[in-house]
Amino acid sequence: MRTARAFWRSLTSMRTALILLLLLAIAAVPGSVLPQRSVNPESVNAYLAANPGSGRWLDRLWFFDVYSSPWFSAIYLLLFASLLGCLVPRLRQHFTNLVSAPPDAPSRLDRLPHSATDLTGAGDPPATAAKLKAGLKGQRWRAVVRDQTDGTVTVSAEKGYVKETGNLVFHFALLALLVGVALGSWYGWHGNRLVVAGEEFCNTLIQYDEYGLGARTTASDLPPFCVRLNAFRAEYLDNGQPVQFTADISYVEDPAAAPKAWRLEVNDPLRLDGGNVYLLGHGYAPVLRYTDRYGAAQTTVAPFLPDDGMLTSSGVAKFPDANVDPDGTKPRDTSAQVAFAGVYLPTLPADPSVGKSAFPAERDPALMIVAYQGNLGLGSGIPQSVYELSHRQIASGELKQVGERMLRPGETWTLPDGSRVEFVGTRQWITVSVRHDPGEKIVLFGAGALLVGLMVSLSGRRRRVWARIAPAGDGRSLISLGGLARSQQPSFADEFARVVALAGPPHETERPLAVAEKGH
Amino acid sequence: MAELSNQLLPVAVLAYLAAMVGYLMEYSFGGRGAVARTAVRPPRERELVGTAAGRVAPPTAPTSPAPTSPAPTATIPSKPAGRAVVFGRIAVGLTVVAALAHAGVLVTRGLAAGRVPWGNMYEFVVALSLVAAVAWLVLLIGRPTLRLLGLFVTLALVLVLGFAGMVLYTEAAPLVPALNSYWLKIHVSAAATASGLLLIAFVPAALFLIRTGYDAGKRRFPYPIGAKLPAAESLERLTFRLHAFAFPIWTFAVICGAIWAEAAWGRYWGWDPKEIWSFISWVAYAAYLHARATPSVKRTTATWFAVAAWGTMLINLYVINFVAVGLHSYAGVE
Repeated sequence: MRTARAFWRSLTSMRTALILLLLLAIAAVPGSVLPQRSVNPESVNAYLAANPGSGRWLDRLWFFDVYSSPWFSAIYLLLFASLLGCLVPRLRQHFTNLVSAPPDAPSRLDRLPHSATDLTGAGDPPATAAKLKAGLKGQRWRAVVRDQTDGTVTVSAEKGYVKETGNLVFHFALLALLVGVALGSWYGWHGNRLVVAGEEFCNTLIQYDEYGLGARTTASDLPPFCVRLNAFRAEYLDNGQPVQFTADISYVEDPAAAPKAWRLEVNDPLRLDGGNVYLLGHGYAPVLRYTDRYGAAQTTVAPFLPDDGMLTSSGVAKFPDANVDPDGTKPRDTSAQVAFAGVYLPTLPADPSVGKSAFPAERDPALMIVAYQGNLGLGSGIPQSVYELSHRQIASGELKQVGERMLRPGETWTLPDGSRVEFVGTRQWITVSVRHDPGEKIVLFGAGALLVGLMVSLSGRRRRVWARIAPAGDGRSLISLGGLARSQQPSFADEFARVVALAGPPHETERPLAVAEKGH
Repeated sequence: MAELSNQLLPVAVLAYLAAMVGYLMEYSFGGRGAVARTAVRPPRERELVGTAAGRVAPPTAPTSPAPTSPAPTATIPSKPAGRAVVFGRIAVGLTVVAALAHAGVLVTRGLAAGRVPWGNMYEFVVALSLVAAVAWLVLLIGRPTLRLLGLFVTLALVLVLGFAGMVLYTEAAPLVPALNSYWLKIHVSAAATASGLLLIAFVPAALFLIRTGYDAGKRRFPYPIGAKLPAAESLERLTFRLHAFAFPIWTFAVICGAIWAEAAWGRYWGWDPKEIWSFISWVAYAAYLHARATPSVKRTTATWFAVAAWGTMLINLYVINFVAVGLHSYAGVE
């Protein structure tokens, strides 16, 4: 029990909080150095493939999931525990301070950092005290009058409790932030996918290329809506820098209703009930029409992924069902499958051997492809990228290169076996992210409260003044004042001077007034 | 306009350089000059309402009045100090000229590009250093005693602006679609303002550490610089006030960034490298403010937090933009 209490006391100390803050800052660093699964799982896999030895150990220690790792979570949870342990007593204390009267005047006001003696009040002590109190209230001091046993009257006033209020608001706002983030991770979800112009997708998990569900969310929690990409337009400067991306989409929330049109732009998402649609990226999908040796034609729209800012794009068009004998009596021959891997250049450079596009728009498009024939390895059970051919199949010789060619839109290339491939043209594609985060509003509110609390707590200043009022004998009274500021504040001298002016003029000329200010 | 902007940049850099020389002259010839003398004056021993016959309350307070510092008047050779002050005033004048040229760089750039002039890293650095220069001049209005710090402020400005012109420069151009949002005006201007103010705040923080080291008897570089600096206590107080002013602006910048990120990328926080380092800086500055508010933590320890926090800002600005691949790749450098 004693150790528990000692642990709690040391956890809630400022020293511990500072160490935890430092640890939090340091623990966040690896996430900017190493690839993170939450940001880019592909680069994590690439890192693991390139550094199998160290990568495995880093992975075991959650270095590719820093922000959901046990050690990162431990730091911030301890920090919040420390915060709570510090805040709750302070909240109680602050509440007590707010409802209780300012403390009585110390016996020697002239010992305070700011003091003034021998001021004259027009009336007797109680009347002077009442007047001073009213004046102080006018300057927004909290003031209280006390009758002392020796016949004097004291006035105590204080100001600046808003500083502590701001402080508490700031720290409780941090807790609200944490709650909002937690809600988002429990009840939020997202899905990303690529949509080719003319295609439609609906908000179900199987239609996403990549998705994430919150811990307390299931696939049935996704609201039903469908989105179609009608067209995509991009505008570029002459140097190839993009200035505008616009995706014309239509969407259906209620299957009975007619689709509604929307211009989806970067920074301008489509906000639907229960999910938002964001435009993230774009590119070209070459359309290839392959006529096999039996005369059967198939068309594939193969999205190519951009390699650079000029949209040099690479990808592959696979025809796994090509060259199947229509006879149907022989066993299916997978060794005659066909694929075309290559690079698409929206604008062919002056020197085509450069192999990189000269401009991101389709000014002089060309498709440089290599034809492969053989077994694509799709039935092997090993997952394959739709943007790449299986290196395993090529290395084993099961998939062989049969020629390469540069095609312009509309051109046809006849392969050695007599089959033909036509580069029909391209279609644009976009990548969209569909997301829902119910914690967002709480986080936004928390952030707002945090900022307000922070400003108040950094600008507010606590200070107190006291007055001791004694009868002067002639129906008037004699006032001494003292002032104390919690932290060093240059402006308090002027404020104290205003209180002095409020109290009254100096008593008599032969007893000149003195206002003193001491260094601290 | 873009041409004019480019021509004004070296003007600004050279004027800051000239101002730096002026501050340096004042610093070197001034001995413990008028600047230092006023800066080490025991704080506030003045009468407010008292008359000639005023009776000052006896200094019985347990807290001692002033930080003990050698009586300055005895050591000042009066004539060189007077000349040094002239150098200092010329330097301030040159700083004003430089800041005007600096503002010109930004304004003409904005006119040339037809948008707010903080759309890439070059412009961001020019903007944040302008904030720093203006903040420094505003600070001087209220406290001419700080002029001595001008040497270090202009040194920082010359380095930052010179690097921007030589390495970061990019042609004036319209915005990429990702930046084309009204949040650019809010988020980036807040970030530039906070960064500029924190740059200015770093100067007294570092000088406070040098000064306390000098007071503690250290004489190896860089501690001899501390000999002519304002008193440690006033440097420390300035450090705190600047940080307390800049930190909420930095907080605001991060919050605006999060709101913009939600609209642009669908999530308000995604641990992008830029976001990570903004978070680290925020935590580091929060640690400084907490340490500063804790009586048991020494002021030098607290100030080391502030210096380290500025280090994280520099990493975020210079290292992350060049090295890390992230969504904030506005640097315009490949």
